Amino acid sequence: MRVTATVNGSPFSCDVAPGERLVDVLRAHGLTGTKYGCGSGECGACVVLLDGEPVNSCLVVLPRIEGHSITTIEGLGTPSVPHPIQEAFAEAGAVQCGYCTPGMVLSAYALLQRNPHPTREDVAAALDGNLCRCTGYVKIIDAVMMAAARLRGEALS
Amino acid sequence: MNEYDTTVVGHSVRKLDAMGLASGRHTFTDDFALPGMLHARLLLSPHAHARITSVDASEALVLPGVVSVVSAANAPRVFHTTAGQGFPEPSPHDSVMFDWKVRHVGDRVAVIAAVSEEVAEAALGLIRVNYEVLEPVFDPLRALEPGAPVIHDEPEAHAAIPVVYRPKQNLAASAEFSTGPVDEVWDQATHRLDRTYQVHRASHCAIEPHEVIAYLDPDGRLILRSSTQVPFHARRIVANVLGLPVGRVRVIKPRIGGGFGGKQEVFLEQIAGLLCLRTELPVRLRLTRQEVFMTSRTRHPQHLRLRSAADGEGRVTLLDLDTVLDTGAYGSHALTVATNTGSKVLPLVNRTRAVRFRARSAYTTLPVSGAYRGYGATQGAFALNVQMDEMARDLGLDVLELWRRNHIRSGESSPVFQALGEGTEGVPMSIRSCGLEQCLEQGSKAIGWEEKRGRGGNGRLVRGIGMAALMQGSGIPRIDMASATLKLNDDGSVNLLVGATDLGTGSDTILAQIAAETLGIRADQVVVYSSDTDLTPFDTGAYASSTTYISGEAVRRAASDLAGKIIRVAARMMGTELHGLSLRGGLVIGGDRVVAVSDVALRSLYQEDQEQLMGMASAWGEVSPPPFSAHFAEIEVDTLTGRIRVVRYVAAVDCGVAINPALAQGQTEGAVMNGIGYALCEEYLMDDRGRMRNGSFVGYRIPSSRDVPDLVTILVPTYEPTGPYGAKSISEISINGPLPVISNAVYDAVGVRLRSSPFTPDRVWRLLKGE
Repeated sequence: MRVTATVNGSPFSCDVAPGERLVDVLRAHGLTGTKYGCGSGECGACVVLLDGEPVNSCLVVLPRIEGHSITTIEGLGTPSVPHPIQEAFAEAGAVQCGYCTPGMVLSAYALLQRNPHPTREDVAAALDGNLCRCTGYVKIIDAVMMAAARLRGEALS
Repeated sequence: MNEYDTTVVGHSVRKLDAMGLASGRHTFTDDFALPGMLHARLLLSPHAHARITSVDASEALVLPGVVSVVSAANAPRVFHTTAGQGFPEPSPHDSVMFDWKVRHVGDRVAVIAAVSEEVAEAALGLIRVNYEVLEPVFDPLRALEPGAPVIHDEPEAHAAIPVVYRPKQNLAASAEFSTGPVDEVWDQATHRLDRTYQVHRASHCAIEPHEVIAYLDPDGRLILRSSTQVPFHARRIVANVLGLPVGRVRVIKPRIGGGFGGKQEVFLEQIAGLLCLRTELPVRLRLTRQEVFMTSRTRHPQHLRLRSAADGEGRVTLLDLDTVLDTGAYGSHALTVATNTGSKVLPLVNRTRAVRFRARSAYTTLPVSGAYRGYGATQGAFALNVQMDEMARDLGLDVLELWRRNHIRSGESSPVFQALGEGTEGVPMSIRSCGLEQCLEQGSKAIGWEEKRGRGGNGRLVRGIGMAALMQGSGIPRIDMASATLKLNDDGSVNLLVGATDLGTGSDTILAQIAAETLGIRADQVVVYSSDTDLTPFDTGAYASSTTYISGEAVRRAASDLAGKIIRVAARMMGTELHGLSLRGGLVIGGDRVVAVSDVALRSLYQEDQEQLMGMASAWGEVSPPPFSAHFAEIEVDTLTGRIRVVRYVAAVDCGVAINPALAQGQTEGAVMNGIGYALCEEYLMDDRGRMRNGSFVGYRIPSSRDVPDLVTILVPTYEPTGPYGAKSISEISINGPLPVISNAVYDAVGVRLRSSPFTPDRVWRLLKGE
């Protein structure tokens, strides 16, 4: 079957077998920033935004995205023109192995879209579905707080 | 304490690959597809212990899309160890790719390569395997008893070095030593404790599953792109198992999604490599999450019996540790985790008159144990620290005071260092940097030890605090080796080629900082390429807290070599003597005269006395200077449910000079959270047939962002004279804290002594009820 959607702002269409998962299709199309960690929606490494909302792309079958908009980590920023959240992750020391980072960044992006003034508890709750084994989360939460302040236009403490 | 006035070392330089990772651009093993690539899936044993009487793959082979099936029927039978360790390996050679016997649920029976994962998966059900089921052994103590079923009855299993190895008795390894009059000290002591502790199995849970992609280059060489901590060991082991010269194998390490010891194992590369050689097609073999739990490696569970004695002055006079490790179905790291249980723990208490240690690693028909961050020290530190807390209470002393009176100090040695090595005798060592005293001081202040200790209470929620003293090592002395090459580019930047393996720790950045400091340039002028067996010089790999200390020293020496050559050319350009020239800010400076390093490079590459200026050096550790640490936690016990919540956690760590303080903090925070998960919730739930019932992140819960307490890291600076710029390593030590700290804090809160891990609500609740 043919599925048509928007991926990172550009029209996207492809032929897929029924039951094919979004994570595999994105990765097969070169968007390898979306990672596989568990294949069952438990770790968040494959999080992408579906109409702005974070979803585990390993649980999304392709027909679900028909006519919808997908944002992957590649759509958020580039190494030379990063999104402020990506910048903050690099600066705060929130990236160790980096395998969970794309999903973390996208979950954080969705949070800051709906709540520009999060507390540390809000951030922890929003990232609850994104597992990280390297960092202990402290610097990830620091990074999201830093990015929130910057996106609000506040000077950094 | 810093003996150098450093401009790059000691600064929290941004991790070099952070932005490439945060933008999803860096590539991991799986982010790399080749045309025509096959996908492999493993058929795993449903039985804990069985003989395979027949394997019939004929039905699977006729399924369209199936290209190759390998099992015991057609696999090379080369006995090896999957443990990625120095050569010859101290772990027993008791593994083949596929055997006629399976030794745990999840053991490898066969592998299928097909045009897609779906086809491979469908074909798994078409392989007909007949098993003769044998009696399993799930208890390591029972495994060592006479008459227990023999798990490794194959005649080929052997030890590669002269050590005790008795597979007919299920004894995979053993080690012991004794010093001083043990029985006399015990008999005469006024205060004695004899307790048993149990520490459980756990999974590393790197978010990236184990994976390898194998392909042939145009000359038919086998290329392995692998998520490994040990590329050079992988090359050697794969070449041996597949009967290839080492020169016909190349291992490439891309970005790695975490390792924690789990990727110090070479158990997939040979399988993907064999399929690739047989089919002459690229082959991808990636474990599912459930397979990671079942068929990769785990932490060794241990039954530890610790006896200690003390005199009335609060001097601990005896430590006597006897432990049995459950190494599971194979003896990967069976000896070395055993010895580290003593060698990375017992020296902490250093006023003893006698010390005895015995460790035995038993085969069982359970998941395979192996290297896991902490590597025995986690298990031993639990027993020691819980017993020190109990001994302090017997003596009427504050446990902090007991530690102050007994802990090892700078300038001291311990007989343990020489007695316990890694498969051989150890190396005598005097401690030259020890910040444990300051760790105890600063950590206790930060947690509020004096104010909060012993407050308890009678309500539903009761708080308590606890502490632990810890040590680890920095590499394996006289075994671990690292090397580095540097070359100078036109613009004064350098390429740094290292065999050291950054698996997410930030070691590429730390090594760049060391090179930059030595060469007087910025860290971002160092282009790091790490871990490719064709292109980078040798390194034993990322394990045993070796990278900063040993690989860092290799880089320092290589950079120093290059610096000398730069200065020689600059002196010629200045028409001056070498003496008095130094490198700073991208310049060679000699009094009031200055030459840019880039001009030195241009001259050397294009103009006069042309040569590529390069530096090259190797390093190995003569000693293994321990990082030291004191951990503290305030916890809250819900006496109604048995649930423990960590409120505040303080880790004070002496890692010498922290090359990059932010990365050192990150190592500490990550290790502490891994340790908290291990203490409170991570656990293999096995059924009575040896099957794991919770092989997913829902069933096997690891900490999430909501589980983080108020977590404070204090870096206590010392200066280690044998380390690069005064550094020691830091990656492992902090995982050892939470188990004893939380146990001791629970005792402080509610008077219940937790000697078996993990401290799940049901266990705590039962103890609270006096069961």
